[in-house]
Amino acid sequence: MAELRTEELTINMGPQHPSTHGVLRLVLTLNGEIVTDVKPVLGYLHRCFEKHAEAMTYPQVIPYTDRMDYLNSMNNELAYVLAAEKLLGIEVPERVEYIRVIMCELQRIASHLVAIGTFGNDAGAFTPFLYCFADREKVLELFEIVCGARLLYNYIWIGGLSHDITPEFVKKTKEFIKYFRPRITQVNNLLSFNKIFIERTANIGILPPDVAINAGCSGPTLRGSGVKYDLRKDDPYSIYHKFDFDVCVGEGRYGVAGDCWNRYFVRALEMEQSLRIIEQAIDNIPEGDIASAVPKRVKPVAGESYVRTESPKGELSYYIISDGSLNPYRVKARSPSFCNLSVINQISRGYMIADVVMILGSFDIVLGCIDR
Amino acid sequence: MENIFTQWFGDNILAYILIPIPVLIWVSLFALYAVLAERKISAWMQNRIGPNRTDKYGLLQTILDAVKLLQKEIVSPYRTDTIWYNMAPFIVFTAVFLGYAILPFSSVFISADLNIGLFYFFSITSISVVGVLMAGWSSNNKYSLFGGMRTVAQIVSYEIPTALSALVVVMLTGTLSMQKYALIQEGGIFNWYIFGGPGDITKIILIPIMFVSMAILFISTLAESNRTPFDLTEADSELVAGVHIEYSGMRFAMFFFAEYAEMFAVSGVITTLFLGGWQSPFGDLIPFLNGPVMQVFWFLAKSLSLVFVQIWVRWTLPRVRIDQLMTMCWKYLIPITLVNVFLVGIYMLIFN
Amino acid sequence: MRAYFHHIYQSVYTIMIGMSITFRHMFQKPVTIQYPEQRLQLPERERNRLFVNMEDCIGCDQCAKACPVSCIDIETVKVIPGEVVGKTGVTSQGKKKALHVTNFTIDFAKCCYCQLCVFPCPTECIYMTDVFEFSTYERQGLLYQFSDLTPLQGEEKKKMWAEYSAEQEKKKALAAQEAAAKKAAEEKAKAENKDTDKPEAKSAPDNKETEKPKES
Repeated sequence: MAELRTEELTINMGPQHPSTHGVLRLVLTLNGEIVTDVKPVLGYLHRCFEKHAEAMTYPQVIPYTDRMDYLNSMNNELAYVLAAEKLLGIEVPERVEYIRVIMCELQRIASHLVAIGTFGNDAGAFTPFLYCFADREKVLELFEIVCGARLLYNYIWIGGLSHDITPEFVKKTKEFIKYFRPRITQVNNLLSFNKIFIERTANIGILPPDVAINAGCSGPTLRGSGVKYDLRKDDPYSIYHKFDFDVCVGEGRYGVAGDCWNRYFVRALEMEQSLRIIEQAIDNIPEGDIASAVPKRVKPVAGESYVRTESPKGELSYYIISDGSLNPYRVKARSPSFCNLSVINQISRGYMIADVVMILGSFDIVLGCIDR
Repeated sequence: MENIFTQWFGDNILAYILIPIPVLIWVSLFALYAVLAERKISAWMQNRIGPNRTDKYGLLQTILDAVKLLQKEIVSPYRTDTIWYNMAPFIVFTAVFLGYAILPFSSVFISADLNIGLFYFFSITSISVVGVLMAGWSSNNKYSLFGGMRTVAQIVSYEIPTALSALVVVMLTGTLSMQKYALIQEGGIFNWYIFGGPGDITKIILIPIMFVSMAILFISTLAESNRTPFDLTEADSELVAGVHIEYSGMRFAMFFFAEYAEMFAVSGVITTLFLGGWQSPFGDLIPFLNGPVMQVFWFLAKSLSLVFVQIWVRWTLPRVRIDQLMTMCWKYLIPITLVNVFLVGIYMLIFN
Repeated sequence: MRAYFHHIYQSVYTIMIGMSITFRHMFQKPVTIQYPEQRLQLPERERNRLFVNMEDCIGCDQCAKACPVSCIDIETVKVIPGEVVGKTGVTSQGKKKALHVTNFTIDFAKCCYCQLCVFPCPTECIYMTDVFEFSTYERQGLLYQFSDLTPLQGEEKKKMWAEYSAEQEKKKALAAQEAAAKKAAEEKAKAENKDTDKPEAKSAPDNKETEKPKES
């Protein structure tokens, strides 16, 4: 009797693929249908952001930080600006802080909507994708009213903001809050609690909490495994300590804590919490001048600063070294998606190809952030 | 009942040549407008407007798309098995079209009133498996072979719940002829098999069994035609696009043509079995709604509403994975259908 | 066994809910805006193509310095005194223009629409409009020249300034010489005045002074 020959098959889920969110290449090694090894190959979107930043002045770096994680521009800008303000030692007016928080939470909602929609699309449910994007249009409209751009804003400046908000913005934000709450329930009913979707995502790609902490995961990836760690509560920056919201954690409502469904559901829950923060902030914005603390020329003393913030994808932080001149000496961005993606090898072993697609979608990576 | 064409032309070869023509016309029209209907209905469900650039309702859209596909360059891979590669799409379509032979459009028009009609339908549509396998193998492409194998596994395993859930109606009627099914369910909506069929008051016991059978027949025929939620072999967010990869232009269109044709054929069968075929829901109360031409209307209306439900399901539900698909078939659908057959058998023993 | 039936119940229940949601959406109004027949009303702060009002531009180069991608290219030539720049020689705010702007090119293929050039402008002559439909078939079509002066005129102005500045240089050199001569004469006069008090001490330098210009 001849021996049955089994070999491992290497398949390339290439840079152009409808399900890798961006230009990511995964080299899969398969044994039949089961995955034994996943190697991500990065760098297809590298744009030398950190090197560019050394040639720009401090305010000129802000459009570049926008483009790092392009679905999430406000949070990127905020992290960089907080690091620069720490170097300069500027105190911004409270009105600026409130508006910044509102913008960042609106951006968090927009980013999570993309994550949820595209995750459903990978699973084969085409309709929730369009519902999420229709809701996202409303958020982008709000941003357009304030600063004129829909995706890459250049709004949060060192020491303040570029434009002040208008009463129209406040009115439309309140309308948006009323409109959006039932839409979260609708997306949950349509997608999150759908049995077929749960079968596709529950108990897949289980990330144990200790592995997550050791690998440096953060954000919903970490919270989906049951670890209650949110920088807005554990290391508050800006004025987050003034707001009342919960930290959403994957509890294993369906499946096991740490699987794809819980990572995904943490995002759906976080949208509700962001709405709560916006509600509390929008009614209490103090009066003030948003441009009073903006310096004419940004020339910090020599030194370094490091600020960590909670972006929708995880812990986004900037490390700036200044040598006393107009241009920074070094700007380093610590990207959350890069560290989150590093565990994909460990947690994909033993699952099928279709599951790898779902695991990748549950991390919610943006290649702009990973490759910078 | 004899076919109206044989009544006009006599029982000779001319009639038998003319009979498939209306059916072919209907299939072509249906496939064209089903694509448009799918795009429009999916758009309305997603708060969009579907195609409306060609004219206000997009009626010419599919025709223009077909023209575009006709003028595309036919790119075929390097070393294919040429005969099988070229024949495969046409075999798939032919197999599905042959299934239209036993659909009773009206009391005077059924292409071939075989007394093994239902059995013939399930066997002939299985020939499309051969076409898919040919396409998968002859494309000289590893991935299309994988896709083809998976499709074959899917279609063959879902034959069983299909046949078993149709068996319920076969047991109650005692015949396999499609025209007889439609004839038996006369007398208005409450004599349809979904409500227990013609019979006395004891048929109320049958109603839940019939609902479940119809639901399972619907689900398994969705899987037979590779529609979402069972379309993982042709989905583009899986690794590859399945059997259709190496086909371009008109041949590619043939596969889709075949899929939409099968959607209607399968809906026609479910209508005939459970929803009364061409019978009007008002029965003898309103006689003019019962004439031969109106019967065609009733048949088409019922089948098209089932096609609508198929489209509705496609745009709502996510996809199932291959192993979950098999689990569903073997562990859930087949046991339930066997239980159904058993219960109907007991009913027949007791009440007949 | 219980889980088996629970799975079936859950599947049917959640599928029915999902399908009812999509069914309801079928009857809602679509959100599509049929561009190009219908267009959205853009807000007033909309950031699309830049526009430069050359009447107000004083050629200060602040916008080019502020641009993070260096898409603005400005070349200026100094104004000869007495010449009027543009139509009136002043901006609409009354500021006097001291530079001809011979080349003001913005490359919209590079522009990242970040608005950083708008804020430093002292006369608010560069601003973002809401024009977003300006695609072209060639890349040259995206290089927008805002300057009023044609390249020939620009060359002319440069030549004029070059001549004027050469002239000024000559005049300066002459004036410097004259000033030096004047200074020498003054020194001489001073020396002569002192001479009346001490005639003999001053006679030697006096001779030297009077001889030097002759030699040169």
